[in-house]
Amino acid sequence: MSESFYYKYKDFLKDKLIDKSHVALQKADADLIAVIKREKIQKPVITVGVTTPAIIAGVNDLLNDIDEYLSERNVDADVIKVGSLGLINLEPIVSVQLPGKTKLFFKNVTSENIISILDGTFNNYIQEENVLAQQRNDIFETWEYTPFLDELAFFQNQQRLVLNNCGFINPDSIEEYLANDGYKSFLNILRQNTPEEVCNTVVESNLRGRGGDGYPTGKKWMVALNTPSEQKYLICNAGESDPGAFMERLLIESDPHKVIEGIAIAAYAITAQKAYIYIESDYHLAAERLKNAIKQAKDFGILGHDILQSGYSLDIVVRKGAGAYVCGEETALISSLEGRRGKPRSKPPYPATKGLFGHPTVVNNVETLVNIPVILEKGIAWFNSVGTEESKGTKVFSISGKVENTGLVEVEMGTKLRDIIFRAAGGIKNGKRFKAVHVGGPSGGCLAEEHLDTTIDYDSILLTGTSLGSAGMVVLDEDNCIIDNVKYYMNFLQKESCGICIPCREGTRRMHEILENITRKPKDEQGHTTLQRFKGVMQLENLAEVLKDTSMCGLGRKAANPVLSTLKWFREEYEEHIFERNCEAGVCQELRTFEIDVDACTGCTLCAKKCPSGAIIGTVKHAHFIVQDKCIGCGICFDTCKFSAVISK
Amino acid sequence: MIKMTEIETILEKYQFVQRDNLIPILQDMQDAFGFLSEEAIVKVGKYLDIPTSQIYGLATFYNQFRFEPQGKYHIRICNGASCHVHSNAILIKELQKQLGIKDKEITKDGTFSLQETTCMGACGSGPVLSVNDKYYTQVNLNRLTEIIKYYKNLEE
Repeated sequence: MSESFYYKYKDFLKDKLIDKSHVALQKADADLIAVIKREKIQKPVITVGVTTPAIIAGVNDLLNDIDEYLSERNVDADVIKVGSLGLINLEPIVSVQLPGKTKLFFKNVTSENIISILDGTFNNYIQEENVLAQQRNDIFETWEYTPFLDELAFFQNQQRLVLNNCGFINPDSIEEYLANDGYKSFLNILRQNTPEEVCNTVVESNLRGRGGDGYPTGKKWMVALNTPSEQKYLICNAGESDPGAFMERLLIESDPHKVIEGIAIAAYAITAQKAYIYIESDYHLAAERLKNAIKQAKDFGILGHDILQSGYSLDIVVRKGAGAYVCGEETALISSLEGRRGKPRSKPPYPATKGLFGHPTVVNNVETLVNIPVILEKGIAWFNSVGTEESKGTKVFSISGKVENTGLVEVEMGTKLRDIIFRAAGGIKNGKRFKAVHVGGPSGGCLAEEHLDTTIDYDSILLTGTSLGSAGMVVLDEDNCIIDNVKYYMNFLQKESCGICIPCREGTRRMHEILENITRKPKDEQGHTTLQRFKGVMQLENLAEVLKDTSMCGLGRKAANPVLSTLKWFREEYEEHIFERNCEAGVCQELRTFEIDVDACTGCTLCAKKCPSGAIIGTVKHAHFIVQDKCIGCGICFDTCKFSAVISK
Repeated sequence: MIKMTEIETILEKYQFVQRDNLIPILQDMQDAFGFLSEEAIVKVGKYLDIPTSQIYGLATFYNQFRFEPQGKYHIRICNGASCHVHSNAILIKELQKQLGIKDKEITKDGTFSLQETTCMGACGSGPVLSVNDKYYTQVNLNRLTEIIKYYKNLEE
């Protein structure tokens, strides 16, 4: 697949949109481009979203079924693989467009319902159960009683700059990307602007890095540009590795050419001739699509040696990371690319002056880079009108957990948390009560209900004690335990800590231990265990402060965020675990208490035999009884009872 | 058994003896054999002129590398944040109990191997696990037992 591609309109596109991209299009050419964009179609077009979540939901079988359907019934239609709309819990999403009618999207399409969906649509009848929406279009005839895509609650308060192509264009086709104004910004600056001008534009746009810290991108570029060196590098950081975020993966899988364009512009702006894309080790599909995109761009003369006779050359290499959270830190990432352990080093010197192989290097996040072509296309003034005073533009969030709609949401900076969770994501699943939202992965923290009206941008979220981090949002409902959630992140961090600086290595481990202690049932009630456990929490706070002040890199400095934020907003839940030894949500297994239902117990004595602490007493064929003081809460009786007579509380 | 020639064909792809080729070479080895064997690491060390100890040190640092072969049925279970919220911790515990192995290990008869991964990318339908190339979504305790039973029966 990656070896050679079949291009239908290569010469035309190369001539009109690359070599003469600065010349206005003729009417006939514009018509042909509309055909490539599938705005004008002669036969039905079926698009299928093929991304990782769709593959897990079985889209590969579905593609076979569609092919089979078309050949069996002799229907002449195009089947196009596209990216994801962002609604990943409704995958596989399939769209059908008939000539002269608007495009119709279907959700949760399976091998069972695809036949009736296609049968129906081809006969102008809509299978209501699976219909999602239709795409708004002024020219075509609309379908009756079907909402438009932008009327869905999921899309209503979204503003899609970064994700605008996702789910609509074929990620494996440079032709479609070019027809949709792709690479226009890059070709324009290559013709008209010097690297300094590009850097200045980005500085003036006030774009801040989307990787978490929000450092001004233009500033970073300026430093790299002004550091004299024969070789400079640009690195695109696509090593997500946050256990609760998937926006980079879906963005790359849905629109890889836009990432390449962003990289090309950034590399030109800092005069780097080589760029690396550092991508997560198990993002196979994303890496594959990026490699295809690079190959295609080379075929069209957009990458490679002496691009458009401008004298500028650029080579992009895709490198797979090997799975380490700490490699999200730029110096650790550079060390990993050099073939060493991913260990951060102290800064300065910053990578912008001394980075990969000792040369000036700029490390930018995928989303940051994808914003660049948008800024250049729409202008600084326009970009500055979007967002808040300090944070400009939009932000993509991946939202998951106990919400109705899991997926990618792109909103203007300064949108309220409530709008994201309760409008775009459709609120809490199964009518349960909202408890908390964990923002920013392991370096972020938990926010409670009272923060739902906080606006989301780099600075206002810092005030709540968390950080935007990777911008993954995981929503917790009443069935989740806050302590358990924090423990999960601390466990992750203590495993992922690189071990080079002591506060982080020992601190994360100790914090995890303290949390384990809180959720463990003490063997006896004697002594001052409660006091000890409470002292542990006091220590947690101290430790967290030490980590914040003394760690070398961002991982350690932010490692305390989950603990500190929950101690601040969910203190009563800590107290409940410590003093009452009770986990309201019933998640902390060792804090469960068990009782035997006298009516259901047959007196088989199985539980009494298995109980490791001898806490169950009773005689054969009579109801048994649990001595609470002896019970260690292991739950073995609960698991072994064949009559469901043991009740967990 | 891994043949030396196979290792050499992988090494030949990398013509330049450069340190930054180390991780890609190890990744190719793992893709080809499913794990990093001792002889592979020694061979890579000789090729790149890096002490074996350093390569082992590097490989153990990263989560991707495993040092035991993959079983006939390689089970990957998602330990992402969203799956955790959907109480996958119980599933992981149960899986370890039923198979008698831990993360990155293989059963004695070589049938099952286990790997906990970070987000697999299907957060809408967690908890997710995969056996070789087959994915199972919205797994609960009962389904997990059925899945394991199914593959155990296949073996007998």
